Amino acid sequence: MARIRVEYFAVLRERAGRASEQVDTAAATTGELFRELEARHGFPRLPSLKVAVNAEFADWNRRLVDGDCVVFIPPVAGG
Amino acid sequence: MDGPGFSFSRSALDVPDLARALADPACGALVGFEGRVRDHNEGRHVERLEYEGYEELGLKEGARIIAEALERFDIAHARCVHRLGLLALGDIAVWVGVSAHHRGEAFAACRYIIDEVKDRVPIWKKEHYADGDSGWINCEVRSEAPPP
Repeated sequence: MARIRVEYFAVLRERAGRASEQVDTAAATTGELFRELEARHGFPRLPSLKVAVNAEFADWNRRLVDGDCVVFIPPVAGG
Repeated sequence: MDGPGFSFSRSALDVPDLARALADPACGALVGFEGRVRDHNEGRHVERLEYEGYEELGLKEGARIIAEALERFDIAHARCVHRLGLLALGDIAVWVGVSAHHRGEAFAACRYIIDEVKDRVPIWKKEHYADGDSGWINCEVRSEAPPP
């Protein structure tokens, strides 16, 4: 089990009903963690969802380490 | 020019002040782009906008974009500021400024920066409509396709 800090923004923050949470998880990768939290919070299907670990873009096979901070990045819309 | 190439602001942008910081006696061109809050999207009347940013990563990605522009184009200085929080119609949501010896490179770099910022920096926009509805652009609501 790893203890991961997860931060949520925009549509995911609203659906999760919180801006962040500590998650104790058996998920080995960012992708597995997303599937776990998607089921728990009922996230919408989003095209081109990205993920960041410790404030850098990561891929969905990134292995999680205790203490990681994970942020799921919905489609952006700046400008 | 001092300070970061990319930053966020929670208050109105002072464009003359931003432009002054790019002034350089060697530069004959200063190109500025203002992205403003529009009153419609996909046929719906927009009343106000809300921007949210993942600031820690956004600052890094924004700085990378400015560094890329300085490397790819023959320009002297470049700066981009993006608003966060609630904005009203007509407010400036994003400003890009580039100074260069000549205008061609300044226009091209300015275009590059705004396109990349829109595509890569983790910023989200929620539109609030006249009918009371609201939605996150590109997540719950489509974005109006720009003209070619």
